[in-house]
Amino acid sequence: MDLKLDHHGKDGIEIVDVEGEIDVYTAPRLRELLIELVNNRFYQLVVNMEKVEFLDSTGLGVLVGGLKRVRAHDGSLDLVCTQERILKIFRITGLTKVFGIHDTVDEAIAARRAEK
Amino acid sequence: MATVELSFTALPAHVRTARLVATAVARRSGVDESLLDEVRLAVGEACSRAVEGHQLYCPAEPVRLSLTDLAGRFEVEVTDTCAPFARSSGGPGAVADRPGADPAGSPAGAGARVPDGLGIAVIEGLADEVQISETAAGTRIRMSWPSAGGSR
Repeated sequence: MDLKLDHHGKDGIEIVDVEGEIDVYTAPRLRELLIELVNNRFYQLVVNMEKVEFLDSTGLGVLVGGLKRVRAHDGSLDLVCTQERILKIFRITGLTKVFGIHDTVDEAIAARRAEK
Repeated sequence: MATVELSFTALPAHVRTARLVATAVARRSGVDESLLDEVRLAVGEACSRAVEGHQLYCPAEPVRLSLTDLAGRFEVEVTDTCAPFARSSGGPGAVADRPGADPAGSPAGAGARVPDGLGIAVIEGLADEVQISETAAGTRIRMSWPSAGGSR
């Protein structure tokens, strides 16, 4: 399956809905969207990965790049993911310590609010 | 002789095809369903790495993938023919420092590339057995998983 991207605002946080496969072929589109959001001054991001079917290290690089960009503006990039096969790659690479990973979008928003 | 051999043009779009073929052959070879995601991801990582090297140094050369159903093992071999890529990246597992890579080695750079070592780390974390070797022509990544075998 190809990659579908959408985004919308909720409680002052921009939610990025990702569906499909994030790999060396499709990851540039996600990177472009994250750059576009930051350029449009959206610095609080939640990437909803509940419908992601595949993620490789190229996709991880795009997410880390997005995190670095928002942090440059004191922003945040949290993830929503409960799929074990996707979480596994975060564990293998140690990135579970870098990203806030939540079970639901509402939980991610609440966690972000609590930190403020 | 390999059960299935595939050679493809070094384009990112074909990495998905390689993943699908590898997963299908692994399933037919009797690799446990719980390991198929690992096969898919590890093969994708190895092919992505090879495609990147070929695009930099030898875009006209195909990437080669061989899938072999041995007795009790499912073996995958991804071979690239870009020796300069292996040398410039300091060999398998090294952090990338090559043309096109972000100067600071940062994934947030223009190319948003992850250091080469991350893809290799993922492969090593997923495959049951991994062997990475430099050949005269480039790099060969050999990975294997247990299988029921005998389904050639």
